[in-house]
Amino acid sequence: MPVKGLGGEEFGAEPATLNGGRPTATQPDTDRDTKGTTVSAALLDRAQAGDHGAFAEIYSLHKRRIYSLCLRMVSNPAEAEDLAQEAFLQLHRKIATFRGESAFSTWLHRLTINVVLMRLRKKGLQLISLDEAMEPTTEERPGRSFGADDLSLTGAIDRLALQRAIDDLPAGYRLIFMLHDIEGYEHNEIADMLNCSIGNSKSQLHKARLKLRDALRDHSREEGRR
Amino acid sequence: MSEMPKSMSCAEFQAQMPELIGSGASAAEHPHVLECALCRELLQNLETIAEAARQLFPEVEPPDELWDQIELAIMKDEGANGDVPEGRG
Repeated sequence: MPVKGLGGEEFGAEPATLNGGRPTATQPDTDRDTKGTTVSAALLDRAQAGDHGAFAEIYSLHKRRIYSLCLRMVSNPAEAEDLAQEAFLQLHRKIATFRGESAFSTWLHRLTINVVLMRLRKKGLQLISLDEAMEPTTEERPGRSFGADDLSLTGAIDRLALQRAIDDLPAGYRLIFMLHDIEGYEHNEIADMLNCSIGNSKSQLHKARLKLRDALRDHSREEGRR
Repeated sequence: MSEMPKSMSCAEFQAQMPELIGSGASAAEHPHVLECALCRELLQNLETIAEAARQLFPEVEPPDELWDQIELAIMKDEGANGDVPEGRG
């Protein structure tokens, strides 16, 4: 299965689905990694024994993936750099504890996500409660205003508008959207990471997608008026 | 011939969408979607958006100085812990 969300050149190789055709967070290295980033057992052994050169080699193999992951999660290059540094520092501290229960790249990906989540929590990220997420607001009521002027997405989507819409999502929605739709984590994994219910994860993801659709529709209407 | 159950409304279907999609079931094959063009379009829109979003984030190279910063942080860390790193010096 081609990697999506991790290697740009392989994007779009599969049909669009909302709950399938995505990499899962538990897939092996060969699925998860981009080309050439699989860490050999010998290299890992050396790094786990404290060989600085081996650790530097692991850094070289994974730096793009980890930095890009941080950048996707926070949309800020300086903060992404800081988070990537923290992730590799954590990796250095914990690499000896890696026992191979999952692929190394999967383990490192999760370690990095945890670093990002810790940072977001420190910044005061609050997930919207399930009640709030499930409560349709006036403008978000299901079934509203569907009609001929609705956004038709059969053609190309304005990438800048979509990027802006994702960046503008409320933090909790954006986080779950990124974890699920971009990083490929399942709802049970997200619920575990964020200490929320699976239902909350599902509902927030759905609300995030609806908000993106609404933002793109608004953008499309604005463009149509020009 | 048995009577077909009364179709659900768009609002009822859309209220079930998060659970339906999140469960891994094929929402496109849901009876309401098969008969409702509006909800079918909504579903297609969401799928298109999700797919387009996956294409927005290519991998990028970190700044060159990142490794220097990491090395520095590791040395500080090891110094604080009194570790003697192997393979260095």
